[in-house]
Amino acid sequence: MTTMISPRLTSATAGRVLRQLRHDHRTVAMLLVLPSALLGLLYLLWADVPTAPGQPDTFDRVGLTMLGVFPFVVMFLVTSIAMLRERTSGTLERLLTTPLSRLDLLLGYGLAFGLAAAAQAVVTVTIATTVYDLDVTGPLSLVVLIAVVDAALGVALGLLASAFARSEFQAVQLMPVVVLPQFFLCGLLVPRDQLAGWLQAVSDVLPLSYAVAALQEVGASPEATGTMWVDVGVVAGATLLALGLAAATLRRRTS
Amino acid sequence: MDAVTVTDLVVHRGARPVLHEVGCSVPSGQVTGLLGPSGSGKSTLLRALVGAQRVRSGTVTVLGHPAGSPALRSRVGYVTQAPSVYADLTVRENARHFAALYGRGAVAADAAIADVGLAEAAGQLVGDLSGGQRGRASLACALVGEPDLLVLDEPTVGLDPVLRVELWTRFHALAAAGTTLVVSSHVMDEAGRCDRLLLLRDGRLLSDSTPTELRARTGTDDLEQAFLSLVRATEEATA
Repeated sequence: MTTMISPRLTSATAGRVLRQLRHDHRTVAMLLVLPSALLGLLYLLWADVPTAPGQPDTFDRVGLTMLGVFPFVVMFLVTSIAMLRERTSGTLERLLTTPLSRLDLLLGYGLAFGLAAAAQAVVTVTIATTVYDLDVTGPLSLVVLIAVVDAALGVALGLLASAFARSEFQAVQLMPVVVLPQFFLCGLLVPRDQLAGWLQAVSDVLPLSYAVAALQEVGASPEATGTMWVDVGVVAGATLLALGLAAATLRRRTS
Repeated sequence: MDAVTVTDLVVHRGARPVLHEVGCSVPSGQVTGLLGPSGSGKSTLLRALVGAQRVRSGTVTVLGHPAGSPALRSRVGYVTQAPSVYADLTVRENARHFAALYGRGAVAADAAIADVGLAEAAGQLVGDLSGGQRGRASLACALVGEPDLLVLDEPTVGLDPVLRVELWTRFHALAAAGTTLVVSSHVMDEAGRCDRLLLLRDGRLLSDSTPTELRARTGTDDLEQAFLSLVRATEEATA
């Protein structure tokens, strides 16, 4: 098992993935614009609903959570399909006969889509706070940071999920399997402390719960809190774990 | 000195045996042809040479190392049967990517593209090319690493006769410069272009010889006929 990481080969891979993305103008446009458009729909949904006195504005709460959910979902989908293509087109088999290590390949993907996610997050956060008046108490740079870490989690899980799909039909159906339970239990629909005990335990092991908790911290505190950094650390740890598992699914020798 | 030595190689796919105790050697600096009908196990044997095939038993030694060793990854080039290049990148971007993986630069990438006759299409997306051009783009991505051993799975399929001759000339030029080539084909008329021939049928090696030796042994000048008479002789021997 090759575990040597070469910065040169990792960045060559990231550059290649970004070049592939650059040739696909429609995907780039959708990556940059879709989350903002969907957030606009949510804004309009609650625009005329009065907020009870003393209660936080519903759009502020939901909108902020979605700033973490969008990059996670989008990057999961894009990466699982991209990696599935590598597996089915023969390029993966070929790459693994070159000096490129498996971790170089996976980190290259993570780096490329992490950069794409950063661009997406800057656009979405800017639109959300200016056009839709989303109120965030803490610094917006932290919101962008958490969005990028969420995207990295989506990339890592997408790379792992591609091992369990033999076709693109199967790969897209893994998205609800991986994403929806995490979304239902992340604390947006029902606060986590009001969940039944066993559901809370499930929620405790799902990484998206920590991403949403981190965003809620930024939404409520003017400065970064220790809790927020712990939550971000948990999401980053889950990302590395998923990358490690994904590396184990990349076999040089196959039957 | 042999570049590749295969001993008692057995490969199963599921419960089905694909290669039965195949043993052969590939001399350095020559073009060795791996010929046989479709489904005879050619691709499986080539995958074993590059270390991509899970094997049941036997050994494959390449340039003094077990096949697939990390030490071999910058010394062995592999071109799969289906062109394994990125359809959403240009020819040049593909070649530069593989060049980067082998530690080479843009100059080497452009040279490899010119070598396969794609210089004029270098700026085109691989997805917009014809099947034959895609195959050559895939070949360029292996040539760019200037490997000591080049493993090519049916590289001339779908090429017009002129290009096919050009590629074979290119293969012999590479061999003359010291590269070892293993080229598979199911077209017997390419057998005569090889320095050495491995004939594979139903996962068994029928012959490991030069074209001249094969012609002498079977008493025919036509290699297709020679192959058929070997098949008949084997069937009579096992019947």
